[in-house]
Amino acid sequence: MADWVDACAAGDIDEEDVIRWDHAGRTFAIYRSPDDEYFATDGLCTHERIHLAEGLVMDDIIECPKHNGRFNYKTGLAKGAPVCINLQTYAVRVEAGRVLVQVG
Amino acid sequence: MVIVGAGDCGVRAAVALRDLGHVGPITLAGAERHHPYERPPLSKTTLDNSADPLPKYIVTPERLATADIRLCTSVTAEAIDRTRKLLRLDDGSVLAYRKLLLATGARPRPLPMAVGLARCVTLRTFDDALALRAHLRPGRRLAVVGGGFIGLELAAMAREAGVDVTVIEALPRILQRGVPPAIAAAIHARHMAAGVVIRCGHAITSMVENETGLHITLADGDMLMADIAVIGIGALPNTALAEAAGLTIDNGIAVDDCLTTSDPDILAAGDCCSFPLALYGGRRVRLESWRNAQEQGALAAGTMMGQHDAHRAVPWFWSDQYELGLQIAGLADEAVDVVRRDLGPDAFLLFHLAADGRLLAASGLGPGNTVARDIRLAEMLIARRAHPPRDALADPGVKLKSLVVAESPAARHLEGVVT
Repeated sequence: MADWVDACAAGDIDEEDVIRWDHAGRTFAIYRSPDDEYFATDGLCTHERIHLAEGLVMDDIIECPKHNGRFNYKTGLAKGAPVCINLQTYAVRVEAGRVLVQVG
Repeated sequence: MVIVGAGDCGVRAAVALRDLGHVGPITLAGAERHHPYERPPLSKTTLDNSADPLPKYIVTPERLATADIRLCTSVTAEAIDRTRKLLRLDDGSVLAYRKLLLATGARPRPLPMAVGLARCVTLRTFDDALALRAHLRPGRRLAVVGGGFIGLELAAMAREAGVDVTVIEALPRILQRGVPPAIAAAIHARHMAAGVVIRCGHAITSMVENETGLHITLADGDMLMADIAVIGIGALPNTALAEAAGLTIDNGIAVDDCLTTSDPDILAAGDCCSFPLALYGGRRVRLESWRNAQEQGALAAGTMMGQHDAHRAVPWFWSDQYELGLQIAGLADEAVDVVRRDLGPDAFLLFHLAADGRLLAASGLGPGNTVARDIRLAEMLIARRAHPPRDALADPGVKLKSLVVAESPAARHLEGVVT
């Protein structure tokens, strides 16, 4: 358990943006913050199972593309209606230009 | 605090009142028998016979209980006594209020010739959707009267279930109200490809039902047969309660930009109210949309708590049909110029500009949520009354986020949606 998995190249994600990453039957969202840090969460919104990677990243917030539910992608914290369930987050580290996600 | 109407708007208001620190009683009175549920899925996933037919609750019963919000279902508000600040319900109970919020929503606009026909139904409630989904079987004949969002979403779901679908629209094209022609044409083509028959520019002159079906006669003399017809020709605001109480009505219950009616202790929000939209010169509009219901529910709660925040959100609509997602931000009807940005073979955006170049609205169509992010960014530009360069809007290589940042470098946080 808690394996570190190579998800993508660091350059695959634009600054202040997000990509979808599917792994072992699960879907994740991997973020690159404006400060050039990387984060990962579950890929689907907790409200209606929409892929968050099609949403908008501004600062430390990801906004669901469908109903504007917002989460802090660094902490997973839901930021209010219509989302009330927090998002699962995963540890991320960058090594030799690769983004590794600890899928637990 | 008393709220009439337990849809998205009323429930959002109730929860927001508690979140804002209201400590007294909150009563939410709804006409339906169900625990409050979200309406958008009713013309979409609820009709999918392979899916779970349970309503999608707006909040869980546990959350309502935790917030100490009293929910009354299957009750209709009968009268408001404004002098004594009492609301009378049809179960005989009387509720005293300090502030009263009317979130009474809208009802399907009736088609006079269809009234009383068993084969003519509407789609507004979960019970409507349950009744309708039983008819969505291969080979059944469905007539959809009205080529608006609800009718077309239903047409798509029915076609995917193997139903023979004919859409009858009296106006020259589908989605005439609020959707630009290029997007309506693409949606029209998608329905045609799916085998939906669309008859635009056809008024219905008669509807007669018997044991073989519903016989629909069009103005040009054409006839068609259906097993069932869904009437989707728009909605009317539920204003009777407010009207009887002497409140000002103007295409809905008239409210100011803080959602207060002509009685300072009574508010109205969501589909039932018309309000001045500052972003568009203060013109009075009434919006029938999920997001507006949410935003105004939250805003009404603030006003009930003594805040004075004016409504400033950008109108926003979406529709899902087949694999396509449509989103519109802003009001395009006063635009004089349209700029198109292609995002790929099957996705595009339209930017609707005023004569002085100000971005009034943006609309987009594409598979899934492909246009969502750009529409969201466009919404921020609209909210800021931006005048983005025409060639930048047309060029898919220019990120809309860069235009937002250029417009307002300091404001890098998400805004425009009340939370």
